Amino acid sequence: MIGITSYGAYIPWHRIDRKGYLNAFGGFAIPGEKAVAGFDEDSITMGVEAGLDCLSNIDPRTVDGLLFSSTTSPYKEKQVSALMAMPLDMRADIRTADITNSLRGSTTALGMALDGIRAGSARSMLVIASDRRMAAPSGMTEQGLGDAAAALLLGTENVIAEVKGSYSISDEFAGMYRADDDTFVRAWEDRMVMDESYAVIMPEAINGLLRKCGISTRDITKAVFDPPTDIRRHGRLAKDLGLTPAQVADPTNIFLNVGLLGSAMSLMMLVSTLEDARPGDRILLASYGNGADAFLLEVTDAIRHLGKRRGFKRHLESKKVLTNYVDYLRWRDLIPLEAARRPEKHHISLTANWRERKSILGLWGVKCRRCGTPQYDNGAMSTGPIRICAECQAKDDFEDYCFARRKASIFSFTHDMLAPTIASPASVVLVEFDGGGRAFFDMTDRDPDTVEIGAKVEMTFRIIYVDRGYTNYFWKARPVRVKEA
Amino acid sequence: MPGSIKDKVAIIGMGCTRFGELWGKGPGDLVVEAVSDACDDARVEVKDIEAAWVGTLFSGMGGRTISEPLKLQYIPVTRVENACGSGQEALRGAAYAVAAGVYDVCLAVGVEKLKDEGSSGLPGMQNRTGTHYESTPPGMFAMMATTYFKRYGLSPQEGKTMLAKISVKSHHNGMLNPKAHLRREITVEQVLSAPIIAWPLGLFDCCGVSDGAAAAIVTRADMAKKFRPDPVYIKSLQISASPTSGRMVSSYDYTHVEEAFRGGMAAYREAGIKEPRKEISMAEVHDCFSITEAVTMEDLQFSPRGRVKEDIEAGTFNLDGKLPVQTDGGLKCFGHPIGASGIRMVYELYLQLQGRADKRQIRNPKLGLAHNMGNEPYAPVVSLCIVGL
Repeated sequence: MIGITSYGAYIPWHRIDRKGYLNAFGGFAIPGEKAVAGFDEDSITMGVEAGLDCLSNIDPRTVDGLLFSSTTSPYKEKQVSALMAMPLDMRADIRTADITNSLRGSTTALGMALDGIRAGSARSMLVIASDRRMAAPSGMTEQGLGDAAAALLLGTENVIAEVKGSYSISDEFAGMYRADDDTFVRAWEDRMVMDESYAVIMPEAINGLLRKCGISTRDITKAVFDPPTDIRRHGRLAKDLGLTPAQVADPTNIFLNVGLLGSAMSLMMLVSTLEDARPGDRILLASYGNGADAFLLEVTDAIRHLGKRRGFKRHLESKKVLTNYVDYLRWRDLIPLEAARRPEKHHISLTANWRERKSILGLWGVKCRRCGTPQYDNGAMSTGPIRICAECQAKDDFEDYCFARRKASIFSFTHDMLAPTIASPASVVLVEFDGGGRAFFDMTDRDPDTVEIGAKVEMTFRIIYVDRGYTNYFWKARPVRVKEA
Repeated sequence: MPGSIKDKVAIIGMGCTRFGELWGKGPGDLVVEAVSDACDDARVEVKDIEAAWVGTLFSGMGGRTISEPLKLQYIPVTRVENACGSGQEALRGAAYAVAAGVYDVCLAVGVEKLKDEGSSGLPGMQNRTGTHYESTPPGMFAMMATTYFKRYGLSPQEGKTMLAKISVKSHHNGMLNPKAHLRREITVEQVLSAPIIAWPLGLFDCCGVSDGAAAAIVTRADMAKKFRPDPVYIKSLQISASPTSGRMVSSYDYTHVEEAFRGGMAAYREAGIKEPRKEISMAEVHDCFSITEAVTMEDLQFSPRGRVKEDIEAGTFNLDGKLPVQTDGGLKCFGHPIGASGIRMVYELYLQLQGRADKRQIRNPKLGLAHNMGNEPYAPVVSLCIVGL
């Protein structure tokens, strides 16, 4: 049996209340909120979060590949799935690929992963879709777009949703696009996009799948397909397909609370559907963008044993609504700002970063074999591995020790108003990891008022800063996002 | 038992520029001014100097930092750097050379020109991976206040009030010092209502960012009285470099500076001091931030652990107290040109011991201690110098 073996998702903590657009620009505001990646988040960091959620009780070293789908990779030239494999703690002998440029990249990646498993070249593959698209300020498109990520693990063991069939269509049409040098998305007249493309291509793919699988719309428990920019047209398509409202995974909830999520949209809708799915459910998954991909899934008994994920629902509940739209403009570098009157940051050495990649990207430290003390050194002048134990001074007698998934408690903190951070004050914490080890970290996604000695934190993969086009990623501490029951 | 520097080396001349935002002066300017003052004070000429040491963090490279502006004629010059403790490092080099019997007259200079940067604070010091947490020096010391308040049960208000009194005292002393950067009285209320720099530290909890230079001429103790009747003798020179484990292991409490404690113990041993609180007449400590001074009082055993508040409230460290501290205003008000500070501290002790401290003069001092610290509280290099008559 081949299919989905796990799922995960990530929704940034920060939301914009769309009424904020009224205050900023006047005009009309779409109801609800949208999720916005923080100043230190991008499609890579969100994707890593979704991947970690997906692998929350699964050994990442059993996974044979990572396919990353995004239209907003920070690089035009450089693979990022290889980078993401480091914080996800995946093996080196795996297949990694970036499926970029396409809004249906997630389902394309899904198809490729399934093909690889079916062909026997991988036992399991991780698919992550993540987007942080931008539309120019003040337009309706801006109000619609949201930032988020979703992940699926595909494999042959403990399958929670078997893939019964797939069908794809390719179709050339410049409905929505972003040129190589564009910052913001561009769209052709939406009425034509919907009438001549979405309303035509999606039924073709969905009906093609149903025909291929020998079933009809009546046999579908839930139809999960992404909406066009005007989400009302999603309902019309469902009706045209002959689906009853109960059979349709309604994107309204996601749209009104998170937004249109680019290449992550269809997988986020699927994750949200799987969260409520029961064994035996037949799920139709379809995704639109220069054609369409459609899949038929059947939920198995194994879904009962998957274990809890933060997924869609629990991430959705944990949020901070921005009171000031200007914060968003500042985070995305969309308005010129006076530089902080502080000394300029040094350039990053890519040599030092490469040498330390396991420690920086994977948050790997060491544990002394002599005295048993776990250690992570953030802040050394000399960059290099820990050679001498900080506790007992034993030399070169360590085993590797990963701090990435460990929770910690705040030992001390400050809120530094002087530090030239994008989101002042810079909250810096010295934390004690559960199980031992102490280190300094920047703190993110926090209300300064709630930071106190003893408070629990967890680690999150973030952007530190960008230097000459190179995005420097590292880990930060944040308050535990979802309290365990 | 290792040997001791005690009474082997004497300071026979010192000089110090005014500290402050000296826009019109370059580092060489400051060096020439401080060294000329020191030579005049010692009644020697620059050509009498046999070897020299200079401490600076940002304002020079190599011995040329001073040989160039002073046009020293081919003598040995060593540039040393020990972060904010670079000044005392220069003095250590010069004193040890004299004690070794290699030279008779040596020069130690500390200099820093910070106000050429176009921004406040110190130039960036991140590591090459660019992953260093985004905290400034005030932030790293602020975290010591956070843990200190917590450990000793002080509310933020109580803790900040305790620290405010430290700054009020230093401002009073700075006001009396014509060479100080910040010369005005402040009140506890002003300190408490000042903008936060890094919680819980506010503006008046932080020292001045200044330009300046200070210099000392040292000679063999047995030769000292040929130069002047009232030389000041070095009783101890100690330094303790951190393994920087404090940010990595749980045993560090972040309410004290282990290097200051150990360096202090070593210094007292070298100087033959048994009861520092009674025997030390005065101290110039590295009060880069108010919390640093508070904790240092405990590290140097002037106050029992966790009880510096009682001494602060009793006025023990005030100019008229039992153990005056920062009689010249300290880093807080004299200012903190990094490389110069360590020698500036000794300059004040030197003046006080010779009875030349004018309005700041304390009564009958015998022994003075200077405590110079570089880097963060969990990872510093701390140097200590005890001088006396």
